[in-house]
Formats: sequence, C-alpha cells, structure tokens
Amino acid sequence: MPISFEPSEGSLVAQAHYRKVALEQMRPISRRYDVEEHALPREWVDYWWKEGRWGAKGAPASNDGFITVCLQAEQLCWGDAGLYLRMPTPALGGSAVGAAGTKEQQAKFMAGFRALEGQPIWGAMAITEPQAGSDAAAIETTAEYDPATEEWILNGTKIFCTAGEGASTVPGGFVVVWATLDKSAGRAAIKSFVVPAGTKGMELIGCEKKLGIRASDTATLRFENCRVPKDNLLGRAEVKKQDPTRTGDKGFMGAMATYDASRPIVAAMATGVGRASLEFLIEELARQGIQIRYDAPPRERTAIEKDVVEMEADLQAARLLTWRAAWMMNKGKPNNLEASMAKAKAGLAVTKITQKAVQILGPIGYSKKLLVEKWMRDAKINDIYEGTQQINQLIVARRILDYSSAVLR
Amino acid sequence: MIDFEPSEEQALIIETVHQFAENEVRPRSRETDESGKPPPALLSAAHELGLVANGLPEADGGGGARSALAGALIAEELGWGDMSLAFAILSPSLVGFPVADHGTAELRKQILPGLLGPDFVPGALAIVEPRFDFDVYHPHTTAKRDGDGWILDGRKCLVPWLEGGRHVVVFAAENDALAAFALPRDAKGLVATPEQNLGLCGLPTVELVLESVRAPAAARLDASDADLRRLIERGRIAIAATAVGTARAAFEVARDYAKQRETFGQPIATRQAIAFKLADMAIEIDGARLLVWEAASAIDRGDDAARLVRLAQDQTARVGLAVADSAVQIFGGHGYIRDYLPEMHLRNLAGLGSFEGLALV
Ligand SMILES: Cc1cc2nc3c(=O)[nH]c(=O)nc-3n(C[C@H](O)[C@H](O)[C@H](O)COP(=O)(O)OP(=O)(O)OC[C@H]3O[C@@H](n4cnc5c(N)ncnc54)[C@H](O)[C@@H]3O)c2cc1C
Repeated sequence: MPISFEPSEGSLVAQAHYRKVALEQMRPISRRYDVEEHALPREWVDYWWKEGRWGAKGAPASNDGFITVCLQAEQLCWGDAGLYLRMPTPALGGSAVGAAGTKEQQAKFMAGFRALEGQPIWGAMAITEPQAGSDAAAIETTAEYDPATEEWILNGTKIFCTAGEGASTVPGGFVVVWATLDKSAGRAAIKSFVVPAGTKGMELIGCEKKLGIRASDTATLRFENCRVPKDNLLGRAEVKKQDPTRTGDKGFMGAMATYDASRPIVAAMATGVGRASLEFLIEELARQGIQIRYDAPPRERTAIEKDVVEMEADLQAARLLTWRAAWMMNKGKPNNLEASMAKAKAGLAVTKITQKAVQILGPIGYSKKLLVEKWMRDAKINDIYEGTQQINQLIVARRILDYSSAVLR
Repeated sequence: MIDFEPSEEQALIIETVHQFAENEVRPRSRETDESGKPPPALLSAAHELGLVANGLPEADGGGGARSALAGALIAEELGWGDMSLAFAILSPSLVGFPVADHGTAELRKQILPGLLGPDFVPGALAIVEPRFDFDVYHPHTTAKRDGDGWILDGRKCLVPWLEGGRHVVVFAAENDALAAFALPRDAKGLVATPEQNLGLCGLPTVELVLESVRAPAAARLDASDADLRRLIERGRIAIAATAVGTARAAFEVARDYAKQRETFGQPIATRQAIAFKLADMAIEIDGARLLVWEAASAIDRGDDAARLVRLAQDQTARVGLAVADSAVQIFGGHGYIRDYLPEMHLRNLAGLGSFEGLALV
C-alpha cells in the first residue's frame, strides 16, 4: 500500500452513521444540557446504551482500525462534546485497564460494558489531585496493603474526574484511581487501582461548574479508607527502581502509555468541535451571500477569506496529524511523539478556530441563540486536559531533542 | 484505506533523492547562493537520476511514472538539500510536463527528445508578473490572434533561466481565458534581464519582456483554461513540497545548534522558550507535509484538488516563513551571519507567497 488518504468503505459508512447520530440525537438537546448543567441527559444516555454503542447496523468492517475510532469521536463531538463525554462507556478507565491490566482483569472489569442487558454504566480515570495536575507523579493519594484481608486501602482526594459521578455511583461501573505505595519512591511507586462503583469509602463530593462541556460530569471524589481487593491493582505491586527500558512493569509508565492511545482520540474530539464551528461559519457566510473563493489572488482576498482558509488548513493539518498517530497504533509503531503532536496541534487549532468564529460572526456568534459561543467554550478544554498544550510541547521537544524529563522539564 | 507508509517504490524514491541531496546538493548550497551559478556537474549528476524524465510519457521515451505524490516526495528531499538547487534540478519539468500534457505533435518532437537526452537541458516557465496585484489566473500578458499564429505582449518575472535552456513556456491571457505557449528562448522580441532577489540567489532567474513576440500555431499548448489551472495546482504542490523540505532543513539545523550552544551554563535547548519553539516547528512541518501529500493524492486520483491545494499552499507559506524565522532566532546573532544557514533559509522561504511555476509535479 502506498501513501493513501482514502478512508476504507467501513470508515465512510461509520462516518456517515455517526454524523446522523450527531445530528438527530445530539444537536437537538445540545443547548438544553448546556443550560441544565448537572442534569443527566437521560434520552441520550439511554439511546447510546440501547443502540448507539453497537454502531451502524450491517456496516462493512473497516480496515482503518483506530482511525475509524477517531472518525467516530470527531463526528460525535461535532454533534456535542459534552454529551460525548457523558456516554455510558468505559472511557479512560477502559483505556487504563486495557493498557495496564492483565487478561483476567480486562475480562472482569469490562464485562458490564459488553453485557447486552442491564442499566447504563460508566468508567472513569482519576489521576488529578488538587496539588497535582500536569505533574502526575506528585500525587499524594496513598494505597496501603492490608495482608490480613488481602486488600488495598486508598486514602486521598481526586478532582476533575470526567464521568466521575456515573462511574463512582452507578453499580457495574468503576473508577481507575492512581495512588502511591510509597511517596518517597517517586514514580515507581505509583500504581493504578480499579475501584468499583459504590465501593465503601469512595465518596462523590460533587461536580464542577465549568466554562464548557457542561453535559459532562467532572467530579471530585474522596477516598477514605476505601478498600479494594488485592487483584484490583493493575499491573504489578512491586516497587521497582526506575528503569524506563524495562517493559515488564506496567506501573507508571504503563499508565502514561494510555495517553498514546487517548491523545489521538482527544485530538479527534477537538477536531469535531472545531469543525462544527467552522462548518457553521462557512454556511452562515453563504447565507449572507459570502462565498469563500479558493482561487482569489492574494491581493483580492478578503480578511474573512484569509481567516477561513487559515482555519480550514489548521483544522485539516490537525486531522491528518491525528490520523497519522492513530495509524501508527494500527501498525504497532510507538506513537508517543506523534500522539502529542496531534494533541498539541488540535487543541490549539480548535481553540483559535472557535474563538475566531465568534469574532467573525459578531453579535450572532456571541449570542446564545446559536451554538457558536458554546462551541468556543467546549473547544478550550482540548488544550487543557490529557496534557496541556505546554505538556505536549514538552513531550514533543524531549523526543525531537532526545532529552529525558530530567533534562527538559 | 488510509495509509501513511510510503510504498517500497516511494521509499526508494525518498531514499535515493535524500542521498543525492545530502551528498551532492548540500555541499554546494552556500557557494551557489553566493555565486548565483548552479554547478553544471551537479545538474548533470541530477539529470542522470531521471527525476523529471521518469515522469514523462513512455510514448515520448520517458518513464511514464508521473505522480504528483512521487513528485512531492522528490521535491521535499531536494528542498531539504537546497531550495535554489532544487528548483534548478527540477527546471526541465517546467517545459517537459506542459508540453507532454498538452503539446502539439510538432512541439513534442521538437522539445521532449532534448529533455530525455544525455545532457541536462533546463526548462523555464513564465507565469509570475512583476506587479503587486498579480493574479495568476488573469495575467496581464496577452496573446492576440495574428493570422494562424499569435502575438504575445507583456512582462514576466521569476523565470528560471539556466545556462543551456532552449525553451520557455509562457502563460498569457487570450481574451479572458488562460493560454500557454512554448517558445524558443531566442524568439524575436523576447528580452531576458537577469534578476536579483531576496532569496533563491542560487537559481538564475530573469525578468522577461515580451514585445510583439510571434508564436506560430504549433507553439500554443492545446490546453483549456481548466487544464492550465490544473497545471498551476501541480506547480503549487511542487513548490509547497520543496518548501516543506527547506523548512525541515531549517528546523534540523536549529535543533542541532540548540543542543550544542550553551548559555548560562546549559544548552539553550534545555530552556522551554527554545524547546517549545522547536516542538512547534516540528509539529507544523509535519502538518504542512501531510496537507501537501493529501492534495497531491487528490491530484493523482483526478479529483478536483483546488481547495486542498490552496490549503496546502497557504499553510506551507505560513509555516515555512515562521520556521525559518524561528531558526534565525534560535541561532541568535549567529543566525544573522552568512556563515550559518538560517538566514539563507529565511530569505528563500520568505518568497513563497510569490512563487508560481518554479517546479511542476
Ligand atoms: C473538564 C476537565 C476534565 C478533566 N478530566 C480529567 C479526568 O478524567 N481525569 C483526570 O485525572 N484529570 C482530568 N482533568 C485534569 C486535567 O488533566 C488537568 O487539569 C491538567 O492536566 C492540568 O493540570 P492542572 O489543572 O493542575 O494545571 P497545572 O499542572 O497546575 O498547570 C498550570 C499551567 O502551568 C503549565 N505547566 C505545568 N507544568 C509545566 C511545565 N513543566 N512546563 C511548562 N508549563 C507547565 C500548564 O500547561 C498550565 O498552563 C480534567 C480537567 C478538566 C478541567
């Protein structure tokens, strides 16, 4: 196969399918759940659980693998990024179990999400703490082993946990919690634990009020002598001297590796929001009789044409970088650099694109009658979570300079 | 299926041209920028690789493997070697591809064998005009009917004019539509004056005045306005790909320098202000390259590529200049000195907004 930009038939079918889902199931309730900030979007959650999660009926298999997943994320976030994050799925919790868990752990914890029956359930991942965001190794939540009961005891507070409300309270779901076995041992002592919803000692403190993605529950969780079985630790319990060349220990490094899979998805989500805004802008301009001319000579291009073409180019560059990072996963190639490139580009590009759309449309863009202002609010998070712009720049810089995190921090 | 892996054939192209760029082009880069004379031996050596010949039709004796994407891969590696020399090496494409695509039988016989012979025969394409409101699709150069031929009048600039060239393809407006003519460089009424520009100093170019130049019937390419627009798009991809290569070169030289240059007891690359600049350069270069590849693929599929080409062209112009400027900045005062390469990359990449038809894929 030479270099090719043609999605497989399966990808195209999925793309069309999820666009329809976005248009019919998400857009009509987009504003409502932006306004009713902490309400559960019942109709959407039920739709996803009963139908949405099974994908397009009779669709041909896609050869694009992970790229198809990105196309799905892009389309659904074109619909509504907040509702996307509220879907009953294992989400980042699932990625963590997939990346660091054993086969048995995967089978056990994911079972509920594959069941045909039952109520909607959620997964989540809780790393961030009040004093530790970008610097994930600075977390202070502790895990202590109780040999008498063969249980881990978790103590600490997690903030900003996406889908944390559903994952911590609805039986069948789970939260993957990062904690340290020994604060003095640094990264090597950081492990992740599956805490099933409703476990005693895990308390939902509340949900944040946010700039955007308001349909998404961003929870604060407190762990007070929260006990989970021994086997809920993902990976191994030993605290090894740090040796990044070793692949056996899937502790901190394994957990960080989940980002290589999740950053392309976040980049795709970002692209979806950016495209919603940009598509609307171009359509609205057309309604006002303004067509973007792609062949106008440089001196005759209007300011709007220049802006729009630049926005389109940035968005497309972000999308292609995302596909490349996803494609590398299909091939089993290490994509740490490319995943961060995609995330950094997409996060910033859509932040700017959605802000520009508000500016160009003036009072219409600023008004809550339309969704343009909402997309600007929804877009910004993509430059913050899953590694801020700066953190992803750091990762890219370390890779291209061949520097360790000790040299470039 | 979406795929970012070059095929074996594509990988071989990249590898071959990269080697050539590294071993032959790079070492002559700075001296050519200063002298303005691409070394003939280098051009001959490049000719032997058959980079343009390979894309000419089999019926005319070429390799029959024309591909915009392959052309972009070639152009990037050459541009990585040196932008001026890349355009010099690819200049036979400027006559070869338009004539192969749209030339009359007589024109093909007259021109193509020369390009496919043992010697390097440079080509020339006259599209750009020396005016700030230049519109590539509506040139001020005119072609007026005269008997069974045409009379051309106007003024062109940024026309590559290497020693030994025999023909130049001129874009003109015939009424309101684009038309193109392949003329001998010594046609009566054609006056070429060497140019000096901010960049591309290693590529001899001329300002071309056409004063009642007579073009016989056979000189006119049998190409519609739409055909010529496609040709312009192919040129934009060639130039954008070259620029991606040059930007990559600027990035690499800045990256290496930043790791070795120490201030306040530490390599400057360990400072975020520098490291993040480098990260952004790397990200934007990769993004621009993918846009170029996507547009080139669309051309190869025969799709309407106008929009994608425009995105790739604009993004590359923006990214290329920003990357080169960052490279100069990372070198500090040394970046301003001609002993180092960043200032040359900056001068070369600053012209992207004005370049049209300096190479074709
Ligand atoms: C809506 C929402 C949902 C979230 N979902 C989750 C979730 O599901 N699970 C989870 O664990 N977390 C989640 N997060 C947390 C998110 O990942 C963090 O907020 C993010 O990593 C940044 O951490 P911080 O807020 O502590 O900022 P800080 O780390 O304090 O950073 C502040 C600023 O300093 C910059 N900075 C930090 N370090 C450096 C450095 N070394 N060099 C240069 N600049 C630097 C940052 O880029 C940023 O601009 C979520 C956050 C939000 C807002």
